Amino acid sequence: MSLPVVGPLSLPLGVLSGFVFGWILHRARLADTTVIVNQFRLRDFTLMKAMLTAILVGGIGVLFLHRHGLAAYHIKPANLLGVAIGGVLFGIGMAVLGYCPGSGLAAIGAGSIHALVGTAGMIAGAIAYALSFDWLRTHILSVGALGPLRLPDITGIPDLVWFAILALALPALFAAAARGEDAG
Amino acid sequence: MSSSARTRRPTGLAPYLAGAAIGVLSWAAFVVADEPLGITTALSALAGWAALPLLGAEAVAHNSYWAQDPPGFSYASLFLVGVVLGGLVSAAAAGRLHLETVPELWRRRFGPSRARRFTAAFLAGAIEMYGARLAGGCTSGHAISGGLQLALSSWVFAIVIFAAAIGVGRTVYPESALHRGEERS
Repeated sequence: MSLPVVGPLSLPLGVLSGFVFGWILHRARLADTTVIVNQFRLRDFTLMKAMLTAILVGGIGVLFLHRHGLAAYHIKPANLLGVAIGGVLFGIGMAVLGYCPGSGLAAIGAGSIHALVGTAGMIAGAIAYALSFDWLRTHILSVGALGPLRLPDITGIPDLVWFAILALALPALFAAAARGEDAG
Repeated sequence: MSSSARTRRPTGLAPYLAGAAIGVLSWAAFVVADEPLGITTALSALAGWAALPLLGAEAVAHNSYWAQDPPGFSYASLFLVGVVLGGLVSAAAAGRLHLETVPELWRRRFGPSRARRFTAAFLAGAIEMYGARLAGGCTSGHAISGGLQLALSSWVFAIVIFAAAIGVGRTVYPESALHRGEERS
C-alpha cells in the first residue's frame, strides 16, 4: 500500500479517522456547550488545553515526518483581512452556538438537536459564502494577502524553538488556568 | 447552582490527553490522507448539494467557489460522517446519549424557549461558517492543523477567535446574568 492513500480506500479511512476524532471530542467533553461557553467565560480551560497540546504533539510529529519526506505541509495563505474578519465572525458564532463545526457534529451523534440546527445554519452560511465568493475574492481576500507564510520563515526562529517555547509555556498556562477555574 | 457545576469533576478523557490524541491523529491524517484534519472545507462542499434545490444545478456548477471545491464523496466528506458516529458511540458507551434541545447555561441565561435557542443556534452556525470560510478553516482545520504547522495565518486566526469569543462569553454570560433565565422559567 502506497502513501498517501488515494481512491476508494481513502473513503473508509475518512470514516475511521473521523470516528476517532468525534470519539475524542465527546470523551473529552468538548462536544458539550457548557465546556465551550465556560472556556470563553474563562471558567473552564479544557478547550484551550486540548488545542495547545494537539498543536504541540501534532506539530513535533508532523515536523519530523515532513523532514523525512513523509508529510507535505498545507499552509493556508495569510489573507490577513479575511482571517481577521473571519476570526471575529467565527468567534462570535462559536460563543453563541457553543460548538465549533467539529464538536457540533460529534454532539449531533450524542443527541444534541440544537447542534443539528446549528449545523443547518452552517450549511446556510456556506451557501451565502459561495454566493458572495466572487465579491469577497476581489475586495476582502486580496487585502493583506501575504501568502502561505510560516512563523519560522518570517522570524528566522527555527521550528523546534517554537515548539520548545510552547512546551515550556504550557505547564505555566495550565497552572494559571487551574487557579482561574478554582477562582471561578 | 454554580457551586454544584463547579465541583462536578469531569469524567472521561483529560484535556491534555485528548489534545495529545488529536495530535497523533493528525500525524496519521498528514501521512495517510495527505490532508490535515478539518471540517468546514468538506461541509461547504456538501452545502453545494443542499443548494441544488434552491439555486438549481446550473448555478451550483458555475459557482466559482463550488467549482474549486465540488461536493462529492471523499476522505474529507466521509470524515464528517465518522465524527457524528464517534460522538454517538462515545455517548452510548458512557450512557450519556440523550436528546438535548436547550443546553443548561443557555437556559439559565435565556430561559427554556426552544424557538429562541434554535433561532440563535441557526444564526450563530451561519455566522460561524461564513467566518470559517472567509478565514480559511475552523478550529480543527485552521487553528489546530495550521497552528501545528506554525502557519502565520492560523495563529492569527486562533488568537482572533479566542479574543472575539471571550469578549462575547464575558459580556453575554456574566455570573450575575445566569439567574435571569431561571426567573423566566
